[in-house]
Parts: sequence; C-alpha cells; structure tokens
Amino acid sequence: MSRILWGAWAAGFGLLLSGVEVCAAQTQTETHFGNLTGKAAAGKQEYRRYCVGCHGPAGDGNGENAQWIDPKPRDFTAAVFKCRSTPTGTLPTDEDLYHSVSRGFVTTNMPPWVPLTRQARVNLVAYIKTFSPKWQAQGPGTPITVPPETPATPESILHGRELFQKMECWKCHGPAGHGDGPSASTLTDSKDRPIPPYNFASGSRFKCGETNPDLYRIFMTGLDGTPMPSFADQLQPADAWDLVHFLRTLQPLPTPEAAVWHAWLPTHAGQLKPIGPPEGQ
Amino acid sequence: MIDWPVTRRSGYRWARRSALILGGGLCAALVPSVAAMTPAHGHESAAAILTGDRDRTGYEAYVVARGGVLPVSTRSALAAHKAAGIPAFARKYGLPCSACHTAWPELNAFGQRFRDNGYQLGNDRDSPIWVNPSYIPFAVRTTPQWRLERTTHQPVDAVPGDPASGTVERTITQSGFDISGADLLMLGTLYKDITFGFVPTVEDGEGVGIEAAFVRFDNLFRSPWANLKFGKFEMDNMLSEKRSLMLSSNGTFYQSYHFVPVGDGTDFGLGDNQIGAEWLGHSANSYTRFSLAVLGGTDGVPGLPSGKTYDGAVTLSQAFDAGRLGLQRVGAYAYAGRRPTVFETTGGEPIGGTGTDNRSFYRVGVVGDFFIGNFELLPLFMHGSDDKDLAGGSQDPTWNSGLLELHYYISPQLILTQRSEIIRMSQQALPATSENLGNIDAFTFGYRWYPIMFSRAGLAFLGELSFTKTIGTVPLSGAGVGLDPLSPDTAVKSTSVLLALDFDF
Repeated sequence: MSRILWGAWAAGFGLLLSGVEVCAAQTQTETHFGNLTGKAAAGKQEYRRYCVGCHGPAGDGNGENAQWIDPKPRDFTAAVFKCRSTPTGTLPTDEDLYHSVSRGFVTTNMPPWVPLTRQARVNLVAYIKTFSPKWQAQGPGTPITVPPETPATPESILHGRELFQKMECWKCHGPAGHGDGPSASTLTDSKDRPIPPYNFASGSRFKCGETNPDLYRIFMTGLDGTPMPSFADQLQPADAWDLVHFLRTLQPLPTPEAAVWHAWLPTHAGQLKPIGPPEGQ
Repeated sequence: MIDWPVTRRSGYRWARRSALILGGGLCAALVPSVAAMTPAHGHESAAAILTGDRDRTGYEAYVVARGGVLPVSTRSALAAHKAAGIPAFARKYGLPCSACHTAWPELNAFGQRFRDNGYQLGNDRDSPIWVNPSYIPFAVRTTPQWRLERTTHQPVDAVPGDPASGTVERTITQSGFDISGADLLMLGTLYKDITFGFVPTVEDGEGVGIEAAFVRFDNLFRSPWANLKFGKFEMDNMLSEKRSLMLSSNGTFYQSYHFVPVGDGTDFGLGDNQIGAEWLGHSANSYTRFSLAVLGGTDGVPGLPSGKTYDGAVTLSQAFDAGRLGLQRVGAYAYAGRRPTVFETTGGEPIGGTGTDNRSFYRVGVVGDFFIGNFELLPLFMHGSDDKDLAGGSQDPTWNSGLLELHYYISPQLILTQRSEIIRMSQQALPATSENLGNIDAFTFGYRWYPIMFSRAGLAFLGELSFTKTIGTVPLSGAGVGLDPLSPDTAVKSTSVLLALDFDF
C-alpha cells in the first residue's frame, strides 16, 4: 500500500505544482514601490481575501460589513484619499497608498496590514487603482516638500497657538483640541455623512501617521473628502512647523513640545489669551 | 509506598488484551458499539461516555468499565478538539474569515499577528467600549458527517458472542452518519491588552468539558515582547494541531505529536492543551516569535493527578518576506518534562499529586511553513526520547518522525490538502524487541470547500481519505476495536473516509 500511496503523492504533487503558475492577467495596472512592482491581477487575489468584506467587490465601499462600520470604508471608485503627500485635489502616490495599507487608520475598522508581505501590499495598491479611471486619466500628484523642522521653542509654540486661533482651527477641533468646537456637530464628509474632527486629547495616532512631518503634511495637503482643508496657501513652512509644535502640546503624550510647553507655562500662564470666539461674539 | 505505575505498566499490554477476552458476552456486544463511535473528530468515544471518563481513549475507558487495569498513563487521549476560526472576532471587526485564515481554522500571517497581539487589531477599536452592546464574543463549531473506518488485523472472538471460541484477527469495517462534539468558542477582550479565552466542549450524553480557559496580558511594559498567558491553552506550536484542516479519524491529528513507543506509559501529547503559564514575544509584524512555557505535568488534565514536577517548552520561529513567493517561516521547538514512577497510596490506591521518583522525557524538532504562491508546504521533523523506566525497558527508547503537509489554495474558498507522515523507532526500550515495532506510515488526502465566506459565519464541505500503517500496534486514532494485533510483526492498516460539513457560527 505504501508504494501506491507514495506514487499517488508524487502524482498529486506534480499536478499541484503545475497549477502554481496559473495567473490570468486581468489588468495591466502596475505600481512601484522601491524595487517592487505590484501587479493588479495578483492584488485582486489579496483584495478578495482581505478587503472585500468592507470595501466591497466593486471597490465602492459597500462591502457586506459597511452597514455596520463607522466611519464607512473608503470608496475607491471616487478616488478621493485622505492621506497623501500630494497637494489637495490630486491623487496620492503609490507610496502613499502603500503606507496607508501598512499603517491602517486609527479609530476606524481599517487595521494595519503590516504582516502581509511587501509584495502583497504593493499588489493590493495596484488593484485599488483599477477601480477608478482617474488613475489612467491624470496620474498621481507631485509630493510636497517637507522642509527641515524648526526648533520647538516656547516662541514657536506660542506662535502656533496664535495661528490655531487666527485660522479658526478651534471652530472644529475646539479651544482645547477636544474635537468639540462649535462647528464640530455640523461637519460632514464628501458623501454628506457626519464626521467628527480629531480629538487631540485622545492621544491616539493621527490618521495619516504619527510623526511631526506626518502632521505637517496633513494640514499642508488637507484630508481630501473631509472638511479638513489644505493650508498650503495660507501657511509658510515655518508657520506650519509652529502649528505642529502647538498641536503636540494638546496631546496627553510625553512629546518634546509638551515638555517645553509645560516648563514655560507655569510662569507665563497669565499672558495667554483664551482660545475661542473673540470677546463680544 | 509502592512502585505503582511501573508495576501496572508491566501488565499493561496483557491487561489491554485480557480484559477484552475476560469481558465475556458483553465484549462482543459492547466493543462494536465502542468502535463505531471511535472519534473522527478526536472526541471522546462511547465507552468514555458510558464511564464518564473523558480522559481515556475508548478502549481504555472500556477496560476500566470492565474492571480491568490500566497504567497511570497510556497513549495520549487524542482529544483533538479543534480551535477554529472564531466568527465572534470576524463579527467584531467586520473582516471575512480569509483575512485571518489561509483557510479557517489555519491562521495566516495577519491572523497570527492578531492572535499574538492578544486578539487585538491595534487600531484603537479593540476595547469593548467600541463594540455594539448586543455583541457577545461567542461562536460555536461542530461537524455533522458521514464516515467510514476500516482497520485490519483486529482481534475478535472467533465466534461472535462466544469468548471461549478463541481470538482471531479480522478486518473491522464500520460506517455511517455521525456528529462530532461541539466547541463553544468564547474569546474576547476584557480591556485593552487583557484578553480571555474560554472554550467548553459539549459531548452528546457526556456533558461539558473545558478545552481551554485562560487570561492573557499583552504588551506588558508597552512591549510586544512581553505577553503572558495563564491557564489551559494550546502551546505555541508553529504547526498547530488544533487548527488542522483535516478532520478524519486517522488524519485529524499529527502522529508525531502523540506517538509514544509501544509499552511506554508517558502521558504527553505535544498537540494537547496544557495547563500552565506561557511567556510570548513577537516583533511588531510577528515575523519573529518566541514562547517560553512552564506547564503542569498532567498533559492538560485538571486536578492534581500526577507528581510535583513541571514541564518546560520553548518555541522560536522567524519569518522571511520572500517577495512574490510569499512569507516563509522556519522554527524550532523543544519540550522536556518528567513523570513520576512512584506514588503514595492509601488502601493500595495511588494518591494524586504525590508522585515521586520522576523520570524524564523530551521532544525536539524543527518546522517550516513555506509558500510558493498559492502552494503551502509544512514540513516537520521531530526527535523524541523517553526514560527507560517510563517505557518499562532497559534502555531509553528513541525515535524520529517527519511529516510534510501540503496545501494548495485554488482560491480562498477551495483548498486541496495532503499530508505524509512517518515515524521510525531508532532504539527500543527492550533490545530484544523488533526494531520496527511501533513504526507508523500515515497519509491523508482531502479538500475543503467554503461555499460561503464572510464575517458572520463559516461553512466548509470537506472530504478526506486517510491511511495509516502501524507495525504491531493499534492505530493512534484508536480506530477498529482499539487493540493490538496478535503478532507484534503484523502491519495494521487503517483507512478513514470522511465527508462532513464543518460549520462555525
């Protein structure tokens, strides 16, 4: 019996190996990240395995679980993406999408897919790009330049605080950054669904990263599809870094900016004007 | 004090055979019914149900029921209750089964990281406060089935119903509809980085047992390298028997994990859930993983039935991103323990927990998990050794085993499976024993088809064909009448056919 079984095993092994290379080229879409090239056809298999439950077979964000999820899954057919290194209104780079897949989105149902191989993630990006003709028509935008960070001094933080007031960030994010500004309850996304502003007091990561350059990039590119605009036309790079430094003090995290601020604050608190609507309004 | 286990062990093989013969007319009536219910799913058998003895194999429980004697420890009860895909998690996170499983219940890299992270995705939606209040972390898995078991060289009465007619060998064939027991899978998050697992198992007519019950604390000191699990759980075996894709009587377990030499009484199965504490660590993406465990020397049996020694286990694995080929993982493991050979007694009966005069045993091995596109290869090699006093011989029995399991994922919903496994004795406890006594060849072929796969439930149609050849001894599955052949040179061939519906809700 053993001889027969070993023979059957060998035959079966050969049959299975012959099927390994079966891979129909359904689409020619490719992505490039580092030295990797992603293939949409391969990405489709990954998409079916990991993503279809939320984003749906058509990539329109209407997967079987979408009805239970808040915030809703991304609609890839609209080709509007929050996390980009490119200017507002443009498509993200392959690298941006790769990082989004890898990082996941905090406070949403999108987990970090970092256990997947790099090739699998690049393939997924390639497949995601097949859902909208915009990718063929216009291609990704040009990434903005993130200049070197300025020192986090009390002056920088104070200036950032002034900008927070002047640019009316508090209207959505609230005077203390708790996400409870007077406009917070009225905000909707590009599909008219309610969307809350980020609550800095939660201490969670930002949706598009957790470093200071990530935060800089967020308000210089905006989060497309949300009420968070790009401030690239209003802020000079140094101003943007000052705002980054101030926003870091709103988080209950042991950041360098918080250390500078909390060392300065006890002796200067009386000099601070309250954040919020101007007096008399 | 008496030399209790050894004294009993010396009579073990005789007792196993003579108890059946001495069973008289009840034997012929009961044995077929016992054998007919030999578990295809590794669940306890009819005799165990009759006696209420969950921790004995069918025949052993039968022997006890008939007033026969057993060694304190025999071959491991192959209580291969399965872990499963846990739809409770899928429901919580809204992910399809395939997100965490290559094919449920086997974990993929993402599912492994999820498990390593204390069943948390790490997207700040893990805490129970984010879960709909109507959600409960509960799932159930069971397997209605039709199966056939055929085992050669089974000792039976020459004339049915007449034990005085002598014993002859025949091939026993049994088939029919059956059900497995049911696993009630309850795993969830108590708080961020604190998770529980509780898995009762329900057997028809037998009540409830506890397959797993643990609490784990994850990311201690904010480090993924510091996670502690405490309770009863499956060890961190890279090749998980609880997550096997195969469920037939001869194919549902790894022979390597449960093998002990003929006549050896060591009660240990690498695939059995153990009671103790386990320190686990992993890198951020779980490509690097390790575990260190201190376990009670009872092979997962609750209470304090054994001695005062502890077992230790170590596992280590590393995965490599091989680009288009996929993720490749290699690992190694070692398990060492001791078992008592002498107990305090009262009225001649041993007192649980008083075992002394311990003797050692160990298992070491290497394992791999390799992908070539949709093709997965799972090789394992293991070396085992038991102390001669545990085996009732004059020298330590040693053996080697190897297996290769193949999965081909035609799609996430259709998988072909195959496993080949061999065990070869390298040294018998008694030098005069035939060198191939106890050797095993095992082969399993199967498929699993998941007609539905979403985040609420899972259903798999599976078909399986498995063969084993064991030299001079009963198949580890206990198929047939669960008895050794009359001659130690006889090759016992056992075949299992399984057609089943495996569902998980």
